Amino acid sequence: MENTENWEPKIVAFLCNWCSYAGADLAGVSRLQYGPNVRIIRVPCSARINPQFVIKALQNGADGVLVSGCHPGDCHYISGNLVARRKFALTKKLLEYIGIEPERVQFSWVSASEGGRFAALMNRVIDDVKRVGPAKKLVKEL
Amino acid sequence: MDSKAVGNEIQKIAGELFRDDKIDVFIGFERATVPLKSRPCFIGKDEDGRIENLVWDSFCTNNLAAFLQKYFENEPNRRKKREKPYPRIGVSVKGCDTRSVVALVKERQVIRENVVLVGIPCQGMIDRRKVQEKVGTAEIVSHRETDDGTLEITTTDGKTRTFKKEEIMQSACIDCRYPMPEGTDFLLEGEAKEPGDGGYGQIEAFEKKPLEERWAYFEKEMSKCIRCNACRQACPTCWCKECFADHTDLKWIGVGNHISDAMIFQIIRVFHQAGRCVECDACYNACPMGIDLRFLTKKIVKDVDELFQYVPDFDVESTPPLATFSEQDKDTFITDPEKG
Repeated sequence: MENTENWEPKIVAFLCNWCSYAGADLAGVSRLQYGPNVRIIRVPCSARINPQFVIKALQNGADGVLVSGCHPGDCHYISGNLVARRKFALTKKLLEYIGIEPERVQFSWVSASEGGRFAALMNRVIDDVKRVGPAKKLVKEL
Repeated sequence: MDSKAVGNEIQKIAGELFRDDKIDVFIGFERATVPLKSRPCFIGKDEDGRIENLVWDSFCTNNLAAFLQKYFENEPNRRKKREKPYPRIGVSVKGCDTRSVVALVKERQVIRENVVLVGIPCQGMIDRRKVQEKVGTAEIVSHRETDDGTLEITTTDGKTRTFKKEEIMQSACIDCRYPMPEGTDFLLEGEAKEPGDGGYGQIEAFEKKPLEERWAYFEKEMSKCIRCNACRQACPTCWCKECFADHTDLKWIGVGNHISDAMIFQIIRVFHQAGRCVECDACYNACPMGIDLRFLTKKIVKDVDELFQYVPDFDVESTPPLATFSEQDKDTFITDPEKG
């Protein structure tokens, strides 16, 4: 049996190489505190994120998924995050529609100079996911 | 024009196209061996005799655009040049078929010059499941359609029942906004049904339900799925040579019968239809388990329409929504830690 008393969420964060990952780096270098629940996966650009990644992460037992890229207009590849924004908007709506808690799948923008914002974002997502509890839907338990 | 006259007209056009050597294949509908069904038929150049099999009635539900892409595999701009020229194909199309053809032309899966579209103003198709539901357990042995819009059904117990077409029409057709094909090479005379309102209301009603209720419904529907992939095969815009569901490395969809795999398959399948789905309900009709796939496909159509003001219509020039972007796209779904 899982220990629900001391349950800590597992959160997968897909971060773009140029902004959000550097933002996470800055948060670390600046010694900012945030929860240890996040597993970061570095991707070249937020447009690299296929909605399948997000859903697959949920199936494989992530309690929450965060996708973060450069702010609109700041993309290293000029328009990657703008293309991604369209995909994310649809993904978020579709998952909420079928009954996945909106807190579980979150999208954000963090730039390379926003270490503080990154730490705040992580705490925010961890709090959100803690509030909705362990993931039960879509999870593949064998 | 009654359905018989439409059938004759299709036969006449197909015959002329073959005689003038304009097409190599004609795709239309012929009578099936079971009641409440018409099946797609493929007539080759040297099979002129079969042209008189072509019919048109309220059971031509398949989206014939689904067959076109196979004829154009191996695109000309690929490495190897094709030796034989691409076939020229005549197709009888309803409004939804036409929109699917347009979507395929945009995605360079169909060569528009090689396709002759015979447009038919659509009066709406009959849903055989709705008929069966009304009839109950009795087996239907024959049907007869009259021109004033009624359907006569004979069942194994010898009873005959009549239905008004409106009460047994496919939900997709009731909601259909584009029953009249546009931009086709031939357009048959006649009136199409009144355009519907798109049926967004059903989706809005579902959206308003509590989260857990929505999940319960989704789970209930997906638990029926046997993963036969009929929905994928019937869909005209599901043309990937290698579907994500067939990938073995990385394995997106497990081979077992776990419900999460069925769910993920449907979520992704529907997501891939964003901006391409024409709501023809081919997937819904193909599903042997009667899963309500409409509540998913309609949702993605509605979202694309509302977020990006895009509906896949008859316009060959417009850019598909996920192939482009706008700086004005809304950011409202983004988590901002600095705001509440």
